[in-house]
Amino acid sequence: MFRQTKRRALERKNFGREINRNLTYNDRLNLYQIPPIDEITLDEFEGWAIDRLKILGEIDSSILRNRTVAEIEKIIKPLLEIYLPFNSNHYSGSSSSDRDIQLEHERKKDHYSHFILRLAFCRSQELRTKFIKNESMLFRIRYNMVDRVERMKFVDSLDLDWELVEMDEKEDLREKLVVCSGHEFSEENWSNIKNDSVYKVPFEKVPELVENRRVFIRYGKAYVPANLQVSLIMNEFSTRLERALEMTARAMPRLDEDERIIPILQHLATSSVLSADYGEAGDVNKFNSQKGDIAATEVKKLVRHFPLCMSNLQTHLSLDGHLKYFGRQQYGLFLKGIGLKVDEALKFWRLSFSKIPEDKFQKEYRYNIRHNYGLEGGRKQYRPYDCKSIINQNATPGPGDHHGCPYKHFPIDHLINNLQQMGINDKFDLNQIRDFVEKKSYHIACTKVFELTHKAQLQGKPLAETINHPNQYFGLTLEP
Amino acid sequence: MKYSTGPLPRQPTCSTQTRPLALDQVSPEEMLQFYQRLFPYRYFFQWLNHSPSPSPDFTHREIAFTLQSDIYSRYNSFKGYEDFKKEVLRLNPLRFEIGPQYTANPRDKKLLRKGAFRPLTKELVFDIDLTDYDEIRTCCSKTQICIKCWQFITVAIRTMTLGLKEDFGFKNIIWIFSGRRGAHAWVCDKRARELDDQKRRAIAHYFALSRNGTTVKKRMNLKRPLHPHISRSLEILKDDFQVNILEEQDPWETNDGENILLNLLPERNTELNKELRAFWLDNPGRTSYKKWKDIDDFAKKGVQKNLSTKELQYAKQDIILQYMYPRLDIEVSNKLNHLLKSPFVVHPKTGKVCVPIELDNYEDFDPEDVPTVDQLLNEIDSFNKELNESKDEMADIKISDYEKTSLKIYIDYFAKFVKSVMEEEAEIKKTFSAGKRSLDF
Ligand SMILES: [Zn+2]
Repeated sequence: MFRQTKRRALERKNFGREINRNLTYNDRLNLYQIPPIDEITLDEFEGWAIDRLKILGEIDSSILRNRTVAEIEKIIKPLLEIYLPFNSNHYSGSSSSDRDIQLEHERKKDHYSHFILRLAFCRSQELRTKFIKNESMLFRIRYNMVDRVERMKFVDSLDLDWELVEMDEKEDLREKLVVCSGHEFSEENWSNIKNDSVYKVPFEKVPELVENRRVFIRYGKAYVPANLQVSLIMNEFSTRLERALEMTARAMPRLDEDERIIPILQHLATSSVLSADYGEAGDVNKFNSQKGDIAATEVKKLVRHFPLCMSNLQTHLSLDGHLKYFGRQQYGLFLKGIGLKVDEALKFWRLSFSKIPEDKFQKEYRYNIRHNYGLEGGRKQYRPYDCKSIINQNATPGPGDHHGCPYKHFPIDHLINNLQQMGINDKFDLNQIRDFVEKKSYHIACTKVFELTHKAQLQGKPLAETINHPNQYFGLTLEP
Repeated sequence: MKYSTGPLPRQPTCSTQTRPLALDQVSPEEMLQFYQRLFPYRYFFQWLNHSPSPSPDFTHREIAFTLQSDIYSRYNSFKGYEDFKKEVLRLNPLRFEIGPQYTANPRDKKLLRKGAFRPLTKELVFDIDLTDYDEIRTCCSKTQICIKCWQFITVAIRTMTLGLKEDFGFKNIIWIFSGRRGAHAWVCDKRARELDDQKRRAIAHYFALSRNGTTVKKRMNLKRPLHPHISRSLEILKDDFQVNILEEQDPWETNDGENILLNLLPERNTELNKELRAFWLDNPGRTSYKKWKDIDDFAKKGVQKNLSTKELQYAKQDIILQYMYPRLDIEVSNKLNHLLKSPFVVHPKTGKVCVPIELDNYEDFDPEDVPTVDQLLNEIDSFNKELNESKDEMADIKISDYEKTSLKIYIDYFAKFVKSVMEEEAEIKKTFSAGKRSLDF
C-alpha cells in the first residue's frame, strides 16, 4: 500500500505472522506502530476509511458539545458495532475458523482505515490536531472495553520508559500517595498502594491528572498509581500519533502512490466532518420525504419544525411576498426535500408571491421552479442544500437577502433575538450557543438549538447525531 | 463571561479608572526620557533570547505596543535590542506587552498560510491582582493599596513559588510588580516555556483553589483529604491568616461581616450559629480575632450535639484558604498566546516602574518604595549636579544613567536573573549536543 514504508516493513516481515498463522492481528487494541503491507482493493480503501470517519466525526462533534467520556461511550459503542467492530478473541459468535477470519477482517479494517486516514489528515496542523484528538478518544473508549489481561499485555508491549517508584521512596511518601488516591491515610489504604505499581513520569505526560490534582507531584515528576495509568497510555498514544503524522506529512510529497488514491485522499480530508467544523450529509435522500407528500397549504403549519435558516426564509416570504433568487433556491429545494411535489410547489410559490402579477410569475418564476424539479433545461435532479453548502456558498447574503445560515450570517444580537423568539431564554444556553458560533461550529449551534427546543421529545437527553442538513433537522423533529 | 476566541490583550486598566485625572500621570516627555536613559534593553533582549546573539527565541517573539493615542499595535518583532530600542524611542509607547515566540516572524503573519503561523513557546505566567481581594480587603478598595493588603500578594508569592519549585521543579522564576496593585510571575525554565495550552491549563488549575474562582460568599467544601499542595499551603497560610485577616483586615467585626462568617460555617441556622449570633448581639464590637475564637469555645461547650468536630475543623480550614490562598487570574496562565505586560515598563497612572520583586527579600517589598519615573529622572539630575560640583577625577568615569538611580538594585537583580536563565540554556544545549553525538556514534 505505501511503497516507501512497505520496503521497511518487509525487512521486518517476520513479525507477527510467525506467532499465529491464522491470525495476523493477535490483539484487538492496536497502537498502529506498524504500517499495513498487504494490497487492498480501491473499494476497500475508500469504504473502510469512510466507515472510520463516521465514528471519528461523531466523536468530534461530541467533544465539541462538551460531552463526558461516559456519554461519548454510550453514543459510539453502537456505532462501533456497525462500522468498526471490536470483538475479543473470546468472542463466540461463530465456529472457531469463521471467528478467526472475522476477527482478522475486523482488525485489518481497523488497521488499514487508521493508516488511510493518516494520509488524508496529515497535511495541515489543523487536520492533524483534530485527527489526534478524535483517534485518542476512540482509543480511550476501546481501552475501556478490553479486560485487565489484555490491558496488561498491551502496556507491556509499549515498552515505555516509565520509572517504577522504588519501595524506599514509596515509604517516604506514604501519606502523600495515599491522600492523593482520594482516601484518608490508613494502614489498609497504604497497603493497597504499597502492593501495586506506582510510576514516576514527567508531569507533562499526565496533564489531566495534574489539572484535577489527582496525583502527587514532586520536582516535575507525577506519581501515577495503577488505577490512573489509562491517562498515561492515552498520552502515549497521542504523542506517538502526533510524531507519526508529522513524519507522514513530510514523506507525503515523496510517496509515489497510485494516482487513483490521491483524489480519494483529498476527498476524505476535505469533505469529512473533521476537515471543517460542520458536516456534510452522506446520504441526502435519507432525509427526503419520509413523511409522505405535503400540500402547498400545509407548509405554514410545518414551519415550527423547520430549522432557523428555513423558518427565517418563510418569515420573510410571508412579510415581503417575495424572495430573491438564492433564497428561493435554498428554500425551494428544502421544501422539495420534505415532500412538496412540483404541482404543489407551483401552487405554494404562486400563493406566496402575493405581490407578483400572474403573467410575471408565469414568465419569470415558473420555469425556475420546474427546473429545480428536473423538468426543464438540463433535467437534472437538484438536491436540497446541506449545511455545508449553505454555510459556505459563494453568494454571501447582502441586504434584502435572507438565504444562508443564520448562525453564520446573522449579526450576533439579531441571532440571539431570534433564538429568544424560539423560546430559548436561559442565559447559560444562549451563551453556549454564542460560544459555538464564535468557534465557527455553526452546525453544533444548530444542533444545540434543536435540543433546547425539543426537550420533551428528547426527554432531556442530548441528540445522538449532529445536524448537518436542514432536511435532517426537519426529519428528526417529527420522529416519534 | 468572555467571548474572545483569540488572544485578547489585557485591557489597559487605566481606561476603567474613575479616579480624577491623576496628578501623577507620566508626561510623554518623561516617558521618552525613561526609554532613552533607563530601560534595560540589553537585559530585556537577553532575557527573551536566552543567549547573547540573536536567535528566533527573540526575533520571532511578538511585542505588542500600546501607543500614547491608545492604539494597540500587535505582531511586532525585532532583530535585536538596538532595533527594538530604536522602535521604542520612535513610538514612545504607553507600555508594551510580551507575547509568544511563533513558528515564524510575526511580521510575516499575513504572508503565511493558516497553520504555518502558530505560537511555539512562552514563559509560564501568573497574574495576581488585589482587585480580586476586594471582598476581603477592609483597609483599601479599588485602585488603592497599602502595605496591609499587599500582604495578600506576599503570601501569594510564597505559596506559588514553593509549589512551582517543589512540585514542578522550576528554577528560574521571577516576580514583577505590575505597577499598581498586583504582581506577575514569569517562569522562564525551558521546560516551562515549551508547555502547550493543555499543560498550561493543567498547571493553572492545579494552582487554582477552585474552578469557579474563589469567593467568601459561599462555602467551599473542598474535597477531603486535601491534596498535599493544598495542605502544605494551608500550613503556610495559617499564621498569615492570624495576622492579616484576624488582626489587620478584621473583616467580621461588623454585622455584615459576621453574617459572611456564619454563612461559611457548617449548615446555616444550626444551634451553634444561633448561639453565636445571640452572643455577638449581646456583646457588640467583638473583633474578628475574638469571633474566630468564640466559634471553638462554643463548639467545645457542646451547644450542638450532632456537630462533628471534623466538620467544623474542615469548615475553618476552608475559611483560611478562602481568605488567604492566592487568587489567580487563570486566563492569563492558560494560553500560550496570551500577552502580558513587560517588566520595567511604567504604569501610566502611578508612574511607578514595573520592577522585579527580589525572591530572597520578597517579604520586605513595599510597593510604596517603588520608584516613579519622575523620581528617577530627578535622581539622575541631582547625581549629575553633584558630580559636576565635585569636579574630581570621578567625573571622567562613565556611569550609566540607571546606576545613578534607585532603579539600579532592580536592574542588577534582573541582570542576575537573566544570567542564570542563560546559563541554564547553555547547559541544556551542551547536554543536548553531547547526547546527539553519542547517538550518532
Ligand atoms: Zn490596604
